[in-house]
Amino acid sequence: MLGRTASSIYWMSRYMERAENMARLLEVGHRISLMPGAIEGHRDEWRSTLLSAACEVSYDEKHKDIVAAKVIDFLIFDETNPSSIKSVIRTARNNGRAVRTALTRDVWESMNATWNELVAVKSSDLTADRLPVFLEWVKQRSMSFRGAVLGTMLRNENYYFSQLGNFVERADNTARILDVKYFILLPKPSDVGSEVDMQQWAQILRSVSAHRAYRWFYRDSHYRPWLVAEFLMLREEMPRSLVFSYQWINTALEGLAQIHGKRYDCHDLAAQTLAKLRAAKMENIFQSGLHEYIRDFVIANTNVSAAIAQTYNFP
Amino acid sequence: MSELFNEMGGGKGQTRPPYVDIEAWLKTISSTDVERAKREAENRFRRQGITFAVYGDDAATERLIPFDIIPRVFSALEWRRLSAGIEQRVRALNAFLHDIYHRQEIIRAGRIPHHIITQNAAFVPEMVGVNPARGIYAHIVGVDIVRVAENEFYVLEDNCRTPSGVSYMLEGREAMMHLFPDLFVQQRVAPVDNYPALLRKTLESVAPAGCMGEPTIVVLTPGIHNSAFFEHAFLADEMGVELCEGGDLFVSDGALYMRTTQAPQRVDVIYRRIDDAYLDPLSFKPDSAIGIPGLVDLYRAGRVTIVNAPGTGIADDKSIYTYIPDVIEFYTGEKPLLKNVPTWRCSEADSLSYVLDNLAELVVKEVHGSGGYGMLVGPTSSKQEIENFRAILKTNPSNYIAQPTLALSTVPTYTASGVAPRHVDLRPFVLSGDQVRITPGGLTRVALKEGSLVVNSSQGGGTKDTWVLED
Repeated sequence: MLGRTASSIYWMSRYMERAENMARLLEVGHRISLMPGAIEGHRDEWRSTLLSAACEVSYDEKHKDIVAAKVIDFLIFDETNPSSIKSVIRTARNNGRAVRTALTRDVWESMNATWNELVAVKSSDLTADRLPVFLEWVKQRSMSFRGAVLGTMLRNENYYFSQLGNFVERADNTARILDVKYFILLPKPSDVGSEVDMQQWAQILRSVSAHRAYRWFYRDSHYRPWLVAEFLMLREEMPRSLVFSYQWINTALEGLAQIHGKRYDCHDLAAQTLAKLRAAKMENIFQSGLHEYIRDFVIANTNVSAAIAQTYNFP
Repeated sequence: MSELFNEMGGGKGQTRPPYVDIEAWLKTISSTDVERAKREAENRFRRQGITFAVYGDDAATERLIPFDIIPRVFSALEWRRLSAGIEQRVRALNAFLHDIYHRQEIIRAGRIPHHIITQNAAFVPEMVGVNPARGIYAHIVGVDIVRVAENEFYVLEDNCRTPSGVSYMLEGREAMMHLFPDLFVQQRVAPVDNYPALLRKTLESVAPAGCMGEPTIVVLTPGIHNSAFFEHAFLADEMGVELCEGGDLFVSDGALYMRTTQAPQRVDVIYRRIDDAYLDPLSFKPDSAIGIPGLVDLYRAGRVTIVNAPGTGIADDKSIYTYIPDVIEFYTGEKPLLKNVPTWRCSEADSLSYVLDNLAELVVKEVHGSGGYGMLVGPTSSKQEIENFRAILKTNPSNYIAQPTLALSTVPTYTASGVAPRHVDLRPFVLSGDQVRITPGGLTRVALKEGSLVVNSSQGGGTKDTWVLED
């Protein structure tokens, strides 16, 4: 297959995954905004959302103040913001359009329908009561896309590049959410274990749709930082965790190695990253610094992505 | 204008035989049925992304071409006559191209003036002396034909560069078979769905002489922003070949390769859907970012086949058009089976003064224009529009040709106020390789505005399924 085709499939999947994660972040921001004074008595939920989405700088360049309506518009509709849901879905679709011969009809039509419906939605439509419905819709569309990929694509190169994009993006998102919420919004020492602290951890879990799963898994009504971190990083049962993502990345790379009869640097890098996650212990991570650990992971993940691009001749 | 020819007949006269079943069918379906079918067809097109881009129209960069659900029908006999004329014409065009880029016998024989070839921007000097596989230059030709009476057809123009629209022919048929299966049970409609297979066969048949084994074919597209991108992707998919952009291909050691996820793969035949000027920055436009450096030299050396060949524009140039009847006679020794529309060359003083005196009755087009832009349709233009055009025409008369306004035939079409006649043209698609292959049917374009004669999709035209009935 063409290197450009592989690249487009990879990025298409990354961007569809990104749209879903952005929708989750917005859901959390919206939810917290409905809880008067829940966090430290002031309303910084939208700044936190901008930070988690890595959109704070670009937002500040455009807007003087943080206002719910402006943040929502910036993160959903603003086409000058490359990370807005609209930009992200447009980029995903443009990538898909360029290689539609490599996609099944179901994959293409799912994504195309998403775009066609999205362009009909206006910023002014999303009143507070409509926003959750819209965000739910974005998540559903991303899931429809993923379902079409899983259910209709041959297990060939196209499929594996799609999986790589999906899980490199997911690993990156989960790591960033954990880092921003933990490191930047770190509660004051006096708050540890307080209601405010609990809210923060609940928020992190909601950002990856895992607050219920957490309760089922740990059978614990308390959100404990090290357990939440473990859940999102090291638990193979948790489908948005780093280790889960890296299992899939390794499986996809293995699939490519089988087809090509060749292994490359990117295989070794991804295998090392997975081995490191599997060997990690939470107490050691907290001791040497969660922020540092996650920062190293994000760099390793970026290196894996770059190695994949180089190995398979992405343009 | 003379009396309009309605292809269904009906009204006062008799229904023409190919349309008997269609007329009966139209009586059985309600406007609700039609509305539903139209909606379903359009949803289908939108879902699949069968759209085209209108240049200079930012608001709606991707639009649907309206699809009319009433088919246009030819009898087997009508089609046999038409396709004989089309084949004759396309064979002559290829012979003409070979001659123009070799000995130029037709100029020596005085049948075509020297200057209209050598001073023509569409003449590509790099092609002189090149010997393409099987001597074919225009492998895919879309011949635009209009009808004005029972047995009177005219060729409006020959599209020898990168004619588009074949995907609408194929998807229009799919939509019709899906929406009205009963119609296809009642009548024997010649299938069109083997076009991609025939295209592939044609492309394989013109692989370079040195190509061993099964040739590797690619479709070359300018990318997703091109108005016909859907069609490029569609044809690549239907043929089972890669859809490439310029950056995916490179020349190395006397061969063309594509960049794959593994080792570079050799390419033998390029079905390109980009213009000559952008093919190769080393030979043509140096700033072309979508071309492949070194491609044209490789082509000249016979190491790769470019389809259609560079320089085919000289055969469909509007200044050459008027000579095509002579071209056909010169190379085939036969009288043309299909007529040209009488044409005035505004470069000639007598013709120009006639055209200026009769603007209100004529259609005036740019010699090098396409897509229905920059033209005047006299009878449907206001006095002011005609005067504005007169001024433009006078400043650069040699840029224009003029033709009488033909009374294009009409076909019943579903409009806001029910079924009504609308003007149509026809673009059959002709493949030339080891043999000439013409798909029975083609793209019927319909002017949806009442009385309008402009069928271009960029000007609000729609399409219809085109049926050729089998005996």
